[in-house]
Amino acid sequence: MAELPILSIQGVGKTYTLGDQRIEALRDANLTVRKGEFVCLIGASGCGKSTLLRIVAGFEAPTVGSALMWGKPIEGPAPDRGMVFQDYGLFPWLTVRQNIGFGPASRGRPKAEVTETVERFVSLVGLSRFADAYPHQLSGGMKQRVAIARVLANDAEIVLMDEPFGALDAMTRERLQDELLDLWQRTGLTVLFVTHSIEEAIFLADRVVVMEPGPGRIASEHAIELPRARDVASPEFNLVRRDLSGRLHSHHAKKAA
Amino acid sequence: MSDATATGAVAAPPRAGSGARMLARTKPVLFALIVPLLLLLGWHLAVQAGLTRLIPSPAEVAEYMVDFAVGGIWDDAFSATLHIHLLASMQRVYGGFLLAALVAVPLGLLIGRIPVVAQLMDPFLQLMRPIPVTAWLPLSMILFGLGPRSAFFLVFLGAFYPILLNTVFGVRSVEPRLFEAAAMLGCRGNAQFFKVVLPAALPSIFTGLRLGLGLAWFVIVVGEMTGVPQGLGAVIMDGRTLSRTELVICGMIVIGIAGFVSDRLVVMLMNRLLRWSPLHRG
Repeated sequence: MAELPILSIQGVGKTYTLGDQRIEALRDANLTVRKGEFVCLIGASGCGKSTLLRIVAGFEAPTVGSALMWGKPIEGPAPDRGMVFQDYGLFPWLTVRQNIGFGPASRGRPKAEVTETVERFVSLVGLSRFADAYPHQLSGGMKQRVAIARVLANDAEIVLMDEPFGALDAMTRERLQDELLDLWQRTGLTVLFVTHSIEEAIFLADRVVVMEPGPGRIASEHAIELPRARDVASPEFNLVRRDLSGRLHSHHAKKAA
Repeated sequence: MSDATATGAVAAPPRAGSGARMLARTKPVLFALIVPLLLLLGWHLAVQAGLTRLIPSPAEVAEYMVDFAVGGIWDDAFSATLHIHLLASMQRVYGGFLLAALVAVPLGLLIGRIPVVAQLMDPFLQLMRPIPVTAWLPLSMILFGLGPRSAFFLVFLGAFYPILLNTVFGVRSVEPRLFEAAAMLGCRGNAQFFKVVLPAALPSIFTGLRLGLGLAWFVIVVGEMTGVPQGLGAVIMDGRTLSRTELVICGMIVIGIAGFVSDRLVVMLMNRLLRWSPLHRG
């Protein structure tokens, strides 16, 4: 008997109705994620990768098919699936501490426990010096650290990340990628990560899911077997990159033809 | 200090510390005073040149203001009565304003958040809104009689709409992302009202409160035309009836200052509560 996967997407499709127009954002998506896996969804815009992520988050309901977590249908957003947005989504009126404590406090955890959790995660993401700062006083990288910490502090089992480092400069992005991998390895999290950077996907993921547009669907899956920590400049890394980029572009070529 | 004087201007930049800071702090005040002082001067010169015989000079007004405040110069019916009128007006302004805020903020939150309430209240309120507060005066005199209650009602009405409309606007412009963030962190449904909607709408609510309080001072003169014996509006009306222009001007100045001070108080509270907002320097 195979172990029950943490996440199972079965024949999921999503069609939006805009006036008289029906837009098919996602068609027949099938995906299984096991606990502790780091999976990247990659593809051009309009390939439905964000839609798929939002269905897993519970922000959208699938038009057809089913999205299951531990075998149970996903019904709306819940703390076991924490989302990290590209635009952070921090509460501007709360300090770093209060943002991280928002989830546990909302769920009625005892005050002492909230304080303890908050302190642990503030230092885990290295923001002790900024614990009482407001989001507008932080850099983009720091904001995203807060966003990650508040999801982890809320006992998320899966972290859903929607191009989380897309708005950051290259240096900060690399640092946060390292930090995220470090967190992932230490905590045994499951990560579903949307990106449009091939390099980022190969650097981070156990498995890369390639999606293509028109209508959005899953085209292929690739296990990345490079040993960690991966070196983006190594010949092996480049080989994988060339292979994956060839596949991405062949999809595009097909579409253009 | 003697160093600085000895070496003169050369030593000044590195030692600029307290002196420069003092200048930086007083500079805005000095700048702010230029236009009023010029106006005052123009007024003084115009009176002196005999351009008008009905308007007293600034010096006469200043003298009368002192009498109005503490008495001892003219000793007429209005001497040393400033505090009585100011207090009477303040009661009505703050009373009407607070009542307006207590009704308009919750109502605005509900209209902005609950579609049924919006459908129920929006058309009615939009229909009532264009009616000027002054047009309510006769009706309010019938409903509330001649006297302070009528003034109170008009102030309430004047402050009500800006607070309501800005609250509704604030609630409707909360970033959808914040609701998603709250939901995935386990804060759903009604709990979002106090943890997301209210704080996110607070900047707009404060804009409404500032506008509302400004209008409250604006309306008080009209409100106190309804035959109340005390109040700054009443002083201005009495001054007009008695052709005592200096009294009218004194009333105007006191209302101006009181309105300004009120606004600063709200701004201070706002800067405290909205420390988190980059638009409100705290």
